[in-house]
Amino acid sequence: MDLINIIILALIVNNVVLAQFLGICPFLGVSNKVSTSIGMGAAVVFVMALANFVTYFIQFYILVPLHIEFMQTISFIFVIAFLVQVVEIILKKAAPALYQALGIYLPLITTNCAVLGIAILAVQKNYNLIQSVVYASSIAVGFTLALILMAGIREQLELTGYPKGMKGFPISLVTAGLLSLAFMGFSGLVK
Amino acid sequence: MSSLKFFTNGLLKENPTFVLVLGTCPTLAVTTAAFNGIGMGLATTFVLVFSNMFIALLKNYIPDKVRIAAFIVIIATFVTIVDLLMKAFVPDIYKTLGIFIPLIVVNCIILGRAEAFAQKNEVKSSILDGLGMGIGFTLAITLMGSIREILGSGSIFNIPILAENTKTILLFILPPGAFFTFGYMIAIFNRFKAKYKF
Repeated sequence: MDLINIIILALIVNNVVLAQFLGICPFLGVSNKVSTSIGMGAAVVFVMALANFVTYFIQFYILVPLHIEFMQTISFIFVIAFLVQVVEIILKKAAPALYQALGIYLPLITTNCAVLGIAILAVQKNYNLIQSVVYASSIAVGFTLALILMAGIREQLELTGYPKGMKGFPISLVTAGLLSLAFMGFSGLVK
Repeated sequence: MSSLKFFTNGLLKENPTFVLVLGTCPTLAVTTAAFNGIGMGLATTFVLVFSNMFIALLKNYIPDKVRIAAFIVIIATFVTIVDLLMKAFVPDIYKTLGIFIPLIVVNCIILGRAEAFAQKNEVKSSILDGLGMGIGFTLAITLMGSIREILGSGSIFNIPILAENTKTILLFILPPGAFFTFGYMIAIFNRFKAKYKF
């Protein structure tokens, strides 16, 4: 029950992009095509679940016992950057097909603030290991969902006319605003 | 004269928020009130100035291959300093900004300026660049915070400016309002930029 609550909350009620404003840069940058959004989304799901898994051990087996919790930001960002690099190398050797598909999105993930943000939030919410990984995965799936919705709208938007001054970021942001408005309808779905 | 240009560059011509569109997450998230904008802006400015300064100082000692990792460590150090300082001296703002203080570390403005400016320039101009970019960012998000606060809560810097029973547009302090305000502000900024060619 508890886990289902976490999943629904993370997936749609508190959508990471549209309600919590994390990971806006890739959201605006990569959401041009549905196919690239799926690739980016898959890479993010993979890295975020792994990042929360590793940062859990760092927080509760290194930082807390040594009383150096203030090192959280530095150690987490370093671990995430390292992890992204390792995942890239392993994928290149072990699963070249997957690497081909995800390759170009992996380096971008280091600067995706959702990865660091969710790792810190999971610690703040006192989640245990399973909850933390489930939380990160559903957040990442929610990110993918928002990305695909946005890409679908933007593909159609290319074919319609809108004021010249709204070209580029402004029209994307207004579209995102409308999506965010729609997602607000889910609030109150779970307690 | 020329060193002044490094400073003014970030204010209008290459404003990090409206022209470069970097650091969008804090721009959207914390601008529910004008005061939050100032708090977030100054915290970011502090990190930006010091990371630019230290990267410019150390640029000859950092091997090219690991420079991004080195930059991130430098930036994260100053973010931790800001985090601890704000927790101690301005706990109210610290609580409101919450997760977005540690997230200054992944604010693309800072890494972007390190990569594009500080590692190629001397210390003095890097500090000025950091200061200009930081103040440009602060002004932009404070302006956004003011607009959202006026429309959403009918006050500015917590001072009520509308008559007591005026209905405010609550939407503007909710997430969708952030996207709408930011989108239209970029559009307006572009319009002025095209008209006056600055």
